[in-house]
Amino acid sequence: MFRNVAELVELATSKNKKISDLMIEQEAEVTGRSREDVLAMMDRNLTVMEQAVERGIKGVKSHSGLTGGDAVLLQKYIEKGSFLSGETILDAVSKAVATNEVNAAMGTICATPTAGSAGVVPGTLFAVKSKLNPTREQMVSFLFTAGAFGFVVANNASISGAAGGCQAEVGSASGMAAAAIVELAGGTPAQCAEAMAITLKNMLGLVCDPVAGLVEVPCVKRNAMGAANAMVAADMALAGITSRIPCDEVIDAMYKIGQSMPSALRETGQGGLAATPTGRELEAKIFGIPLDKRE
Amino acid sequence: MKYKSVFDIIGPVMIGPSSSHTAGAARIGRVARSLFGREPKWATISFYGSFAKTYKGHGTDVALIGGLLDFDTFDERIIEAIEIAKKSGMKIMFIEEEAITDHPNTARVLIGDDQGELELVGISIGGGKIEIIELNGFELKLSGHHPAILVVHNDRHGAIAAVTNILAQEKINIGHMEVSRKEKGKMAMMTIEVDHNIGDEILKKLEQLPNVLQVTKIVD
Repeated sequence: MFRNVAELVELATSKNKKISDLMIEQEAEVTGRSREDVLAMMDRNLTVMEQAVERGIKGVKSHSGLTGGDAVLLQKYIEKGSFLSGETILDAVSKAVATNEVNAAMGTICATPTAGSAGVVPGTLFAVKSKLNPTREQMVSFLFTAGAFGFVVANNASISGAAGGCQAEVGSASGMAAAAIVELAGGTPAQCAEAMAITLKNMLGLVCDPVAGLVEVPCVKRNAMGAANAMVAADMALAGITSRIPCDEVIDAMYKIGQSMPSALRETGQGGLAATPTGRELEAKIFGIPLDKRE
Repeated sequence: MKYKSVFDIIGPVMIGPSSSHTAGAARIGRVARSLFGREPKWATISFYGSFAKTYKGHGTDVALIGGLLDFDTFDERIIEAIEIAKKSGMKIMFIEEEAITDHPNTARVLIGDDQGELELVGISIGGGKIEIIELNGFELKLSGHHPAILVVHNDRHGAIAAVTNILAQEKINIGHMEVSRKEKGKMAMMTIEVDHNIGDEILKKLEQLPNVLQVTKIVD
């Protein structure tokens, strides 16, 4: 059983195993389920993710009307071929957006690690899929690697926006995705940890300030940038760049930052973007409350 | 460790938009339903902290009622849960509490019918995972991820040993156990999380023990 990233990397390196394999073994041991059952369960989650992306890139609209349709715009833009950044990264962004647009529309998604951050991991997975051509089994493994890093964050810090801000949700999701991309691309367990550290460092301090308390603005676009962050950090780690602050210490810093965040910035819809004039106006419009009646 | 399974992280499969405020709320409602053992005729739900501020936007209200109707996190009927509940005659009230609780996502669920009532406090700790921290005035810790039984008993010597003895005879391993009481010598409760499902026959044996008043099961 691994308790932190250092133990996870040490275990994988000494046993010459992939992080996904360790996660599968631990899951089977802890739950008493067979390896086949554990793999089949994750395969079902992968199917849910695929369906959400497919639905999202065709275009959905949330009940509030705040979000929907951006994944479509981005896919059309990619098709035109005149983009500046890169096809894989934009594809990841559009698929992350697609998933979160479906989530905002009360569609079916798989929380990774939460619903509000559910776009990042599948978004990056389905984008690198066209580049690396993984087998179905490797795609399932991707989710176990992401899960292993999320498992450490959840147990040592938090994956809840109400407890730790958006850094705990999209921040964790991005770190998990970066680590999983590295493993799928053939990187070492140590490089996975570096990718996670680099990603999370760039998400520290991110507050949870949803407009009208809805998981829409800015959540959908935070998933977009979370996916982009993960892709770049994975490339950096694969290039051999390391984080000066070890991954476990970054996770710990994230936890402590979360604890010192005021409640207005932890999923209460009271501060940050939610408290901007436009944020308040949207809230009043959606819930039919006149602005002067608001607390 | 709060999170034990990779599927706490990659999962649950759920209806959006929030794992803590939608899926977690559905699970809190479903535990209450399971403990109550039938569909309640009325429900008074108090929301605290982030739940109180954002429950409308997150569908926390519909999800919790969905749970009371025994819907799972991925059941699409959650979206219409309040209408479904009202159609079957359930009286529903939501209260936005101002009090500060230890956890920002806290819900107090009071349900009942003419046969009885049940009060439960649940917290949603992230990613859809919940903990039940209070039941009918008793403090407790219940992850909802393992089969568990709740035993209401008289606070007398030997009552706990008698219960664990029967579980031992039936080769059922206890993973987590807590005991609490309201007052010395009065009513007390055991919360027992076990590795395997406990069959009805064993429950009957437990109920027949002296000093045991009620045994309730939560199936995994």
